Amino acid sequence: MSKPPYARELKVCLCHICGFACPQDAHECPRCFSPVHVRKTNSLARTWAFLIASIIFYVPANTLPVMYTSMFSGGSENTIMSGVIEFWQHGSWDIAILIFIASVAVPCMKFCVLGTLLITCQRRSCWAMRERAKLYRFVEVIGYWSMLDVLVVAVVAALVQFRALSTIEPRLGILFFGLVVVMTMLSAMSFDPRLIWDAEVNDVE
Amino acid sequence: MPQQPDWIICEHCDSVYHRRPLARGEAARCIRCDAVIERSRRFNVEQLFALTLAAAIMFIFANAFPIMHISLQGLSNEATLWESVQALAQGRITLIALVAGLAIIFAPLFQILLLGWVLGYAYVGEIAPGFRACMRALEHLRPWSMLEVCLLGILVAIIKLAGMLNVSPGIGLWAMAMLTVLIILIAGRDIRYLWDDLKVPIA
Repeated sequence: MSKPPYARELKVCLCHICGFACPQDAHECPRCFSPVHVRKTNSLARTWAFLIASIIFYVPANTLPVMYTSMFSGGSENTIMSGVIEFWQHGSWDIAILIFIASVAVPCMKFCVLGTLLITCQRRSCWAMRERAKLYRFVEVIGYWSMLDVLVVAVVAALVQFRALSTIEPRLGILFFGLVVVMTMLSAMSFDPRLIWDAEVNDVE
Repeated sequence: MPQQPDWIICEHCDSVYHRRPLARGEAARCIRCDAVIERSRRFNVEQLFALTLAAAIMFIFANAFPIMHISLQGLSNEATLWESVQALAQGRITLIALVAGLAIIFAPLFQILLLGWVLGYAYVGEIAPGFRACMRALEHLRPWSMLEVCLLGILVAIIKLAGMLNVSPGIGLWAMAMLTVLIILIAGRDIRYLWDDLKVPIA
């Protein structure tokens, strides 16, 4: 089966906001007036920047406590991993797995996938293009589920406020964890999946 | 420059296709990268408008009533969505409260308001004032609206607390569950059909 033509061969480019096929030399979409680019501006540099920032934030996100619990007499601070382990030990293995996937597996997977995509695109690799395109869409879909832990801490901290008896407070780690999620989302958004396919041709800037 | 409104471009690999009418439930896939390039529309303007009004009502309930009650040794407490966001606004970590507030309150709120505005006019066949800005804002808001994640977060919180104290869901939680479904239905890509429906002029 013959492949469909690329947009640039027909002298058009896509408006990401309204899906209109704009003339290639347009700077803004004639229908929705938003700026259009043949490729997202500085896609590789921005994606790298957000990705590296998120990896740096990931360290304090995991080492600093995310939550402080004081119950009856004693108080304890929880990091993300210690929260997972606590659920596991109390027999809620299903919740432990859920939190582990959302807070550890998903961010790590995003680092690996985005890193792989960036390196292969910079090397103009023609390897497994269809699969890499699917990988990118997968990362885009799962990205925001990592916010789970932030929202759990928010709800729990709002509820458990019995001054003398017990309180739960958020701690600094949750800020870094939230920033990791935001940074990886921004990173995935600034990556342009069309760069994967540009390896097939040579004349795209 | 002649326009080709019947062209559709895959946003993942830049392949160009001729638009073909889709039957209900059909989706068009790109043969180069396998991404979905177009889905048949699920709702027409009247239905979308009705669902938006329902979402607006659910939003009020979800925010006005507590999402959860807890009790411990005769003491009891409850929290709304807004109080959950406020609980994060402490000293150095206030920034994360802004992110959480955007994700579970403000993004859905603006989605409902903008959809209501745009669809209200579309319902009578007119292009709303500021239509382009509203549609652009809707596209940018979509990734930041995280009600479904919040719903799962509340369920996890229930299980987390259930071991230590008595937990019961509030009216707000049921409203939020319905709001989540409604937002998924209305805030998707169906709204892009308005550009063609309303024959928005091309400069």
